[in-house]
Amino acid sequence: MRNSRRMFFPIALTLLFSFSLRAQVTSQRLLHAGDEPQNWLTYSGTYASQRYSLLTQIDASNVKNLELQWVFQAQSLQKFETTPLVVDGIMYLTQSPNDIIAVDARTGRAFWVYHYAPSPAARPCCGIVNRGVAILGDTLFMATVDAHLVAVDSKTGHAIWNTKLAEPAAGYAMTMAPLVVKDKVIVGVAGGEFGVRGFISAFDAETGKQAWRFDTIPAPGQPGHESWREGDWQHGGGAVWVTGSYDPELNLIYYGTGNPGPDWNPAQRPGDNLYSDSVVALDPDTGKLKWHFQFTPHDPYDYDSVQIPVLVNANWKGAPSKLMMWGNRNGFFYVLDRTNGKFLSGHPFVKVNWASGLDANGRPVATPQPAGQPTFPGIQGGTNWYSPSYSPRTGLFYISAWENYSTIFTGIDTEFHEGQRYTGGANTAPIAGAENPVGQRQGPVNMYTESLGSGAVVAMDPTTGEKKWKFDMHDVNTSGILTTASDLLFAGGREGYFQALDARTGALLWKENLGGEIIAGPMTYRVDGKQYVTIAAGNSLFTFALRQ
Amino acid sequence: MNRGLFVKLCRSVYRKLLACVMACATFAFCFSCVRAQGQDRAPVYYPADIQYGAQIFASQCTACHGENGDLIPGVNFRAGQFKRVISDSDIRLTVTTGVPGTAMQPFNFGASELTGIVSYLRNMSSFDTKGLMLGNRARGQELFEGAGKCATCHAVNGKGPRVAPDLGDIGSMRTADLLHRTLLDPAGAMLPVSRSVRAVTKDGKTINGRRLNEDTYSVQLIDEQEHLVSLVKSDLREYAVVKTTPMPSYKDKFSAQELADLEAYLLSLKGVK
Repeated sequence: MRNSRRMFFPIALTLLFSFSLRAQVTSQRLLHAGDEPQNWLTYSGTYASQRYSLLTQIDASNVKNLELQWVFQAQSLQKFETTPLVVDGIMYLTQSPNDIIAVDARTGRAFWVYHYAPSPAARPCCGIVNRGVAILGDTLFMATVDAHLVAVDSKTGHAIWNTKLAEPAAGYAMTMAPLVVKDKVIVGVAGGEFGVRGFISAFDAETGKQAWRFDTIPAPGQPGHESWREGDWQHGGGAVWVTGSYDPELNLIYYGTGNPGPDWNPAQRPGDNLYSDSVVALDPDTGKLKWHFQFTPHDPYDYDSVQIPVLVNANWKGAPSKLMMWGNRNGFFYVLDRTNGKFLSGHPFVKVNWASGLDANGRPVATPQPAGQPTFPGIQGGTNWYSPSYSPRTGLFYISAWENYSTIFTGIDTEFHEGQRYTGGANTAPIAGAENPVGQRQGPVNMYTESLGSGAVVAMDPTTGEKKWKFDMHDVNTSGILTTASDLLFAGGREGYFQALDARTGALLWKENLGGEIIAGPMTYRVDGKQYVTIAAGNSLFTFALRQ
Repeated sequence: MNRGLFVKLCRSVYRKLLACVMACATFAFCFSCVRAQGQDRAPVYYPADIQYGAQIFASQCTACHGENGDLIPGVNFRAGQFKRVISDSDIRLTVTTGVPGTAMQPFNFGASELTGIVSYLRNMSSFDTKGLMLGNRARGQELFEGAGKCATCHAVNGKGPRVAPDLGDIGSMRTADLLHRTLLDPAGAMLPVSRSVRAVTKDGKTINGRRLNEDTYSVQLIDEQEHLVSLVKSDLREYAVVKTTPMPSYKDKFSAQELADLEAYLLSLKGVK
């Protein structure tokens, strides 16, 4: 009897503990997020950031039967860039400037709204936007446009802690969804157009206290500082404004970094300007740099390498390899060895004339264009921050691309003043008088047309660097991409169409006009046996499922 | 002028006159509405708000305005004399934006503090500060966590149960008077949206919880196990909003001093900054 009682208590405790664990998003659940495709637990779906789902209820045979289930209308006219999380039937989305809303993922009806009032001193360069939250336990984490990190109770929408990272008046802002790794919340700061000194920082999820900080622009005495002229590094940019990825086996996090400052006048900052336009691999426990790879040294074109690092385990030249795939704003698609940052391959996925190619180490062979001549890709890049996708089933990497798109760059000496734009020049469209295409459409009429560039979803074969297929759009493409195990690809575009393509061929299977530009990544989830697909478009969030 | 033309002219004049009269009447009606709105109903100032305002005034305002509010030339709060204030909104605006070029700085007060200050300034002449019962925040916290058993249902900034609303920013959300009334009459003063609900599904499952949101077809709540639950009403056999509350009245439980302490603590909860 005594023995059975002894047995009972540990079992009861274990049952109780495991029940409470099931109710929460533990770090173990985050590690295996891909194994619970009914949920969407991180910004990119999993730590590998493939934005790929195992859900297959919606497939090529029935996707034509998708119908609208519900709409959430944001209380804001700002760009709507959120990718929601879904945790056990509850969706958490963000709306501008920094609100979190918990809604029933089946109906879109709200449980609560958390309002955060950012400082009026906030001055994000390119819109008062937010791309989503992270979760650990019962706590949500949101980065704010006035450079705070806030923790909010996922059940009540009540703030738990609020940590200030930097001065918004100096141009620091945060727009990314945080990444939770173990017991830390990791974020980076935007502000590359204000000459900030970028950094990535980790915070204790329980208390909000800073655990470490990695400065993307090395100070005197730090490795990489030699790539700067004295003094320039202090306004060197290297902002970090898109969520990174994590490899638990290597215990490394990966983040892309932004342009050096000033953006378009490299004469003011001779050198390679490390670690701007790079991917940095950091120890998530300490923030220590393990390796880096710079895509665009001494960048004159604002080619932020702020894209999602996509982690893929696949054979490379016959050997199982830990790869990183990267569709870069500079127009090249890269494959790297993510254990050490070694360059494996790189091929252009759009028209490129700023470099004739990449050398054996992946360094571009620069071919600067004569003054007044267009540079391809233009200032918004061959792609930008829009989430790509990788499907392990097709083995293809999918990029939202801006094709045949160029800009005429002009560098102008610019004095640094804290909190003021520090871009160092001008950029114009190659057709006199035409508007330079920017990241946001200016109304329902497309002013940019084919002569200034067009959009596409490009499917790259990583093993050859060749385009497998291409889906053309008239307007340029600002949407993220989602793929599923039923070989579907979902992507939107600035035109307001939300489309399902055959991930193997690029054939159009279904489309819906949502009436507002899509500048967000699609995601999918399942509740009560029903698969849903969600996308933000215009100022609303749309959720689809199969007609029943 | 023939008769037909005369009649037509008369009709035209009549129509114009009628239109003019209608327009005047409409204008007069609208104007009276505007006036009624502009005049507002007579403001009501509650004792708890006046008391809270007196405390804020004592700590934040007396250095310049003096205890009686008459140290600034041309300003005498007790006598109702202001330089640039007419309405209560003017007082709020002056306090929050300050007066440029003078020592009157902008104050970062929340809604409940502003309500307190306005209430006190408007009642300074009749309010006896000698009888002011100052609450002690620390003692109030002890009561909150101890004898009052408030922390058995309420969390503060995410720490604690979710059975009842988190009170971490209650000092910004509710005025002193509303807090006072809630402590004395919880069922009468609680926000209707926060009422408890009881639902029985068609398959016989009973769900009790605190309502968070409701519409014609669905209701969202947090249940007793602290799960967010969204129910479609057509799936329910029974659905009822419970107008009572498990929160006890502290009217006879706490002394006036203890209530003041508890209120002082609750008013200090302004959310995480």
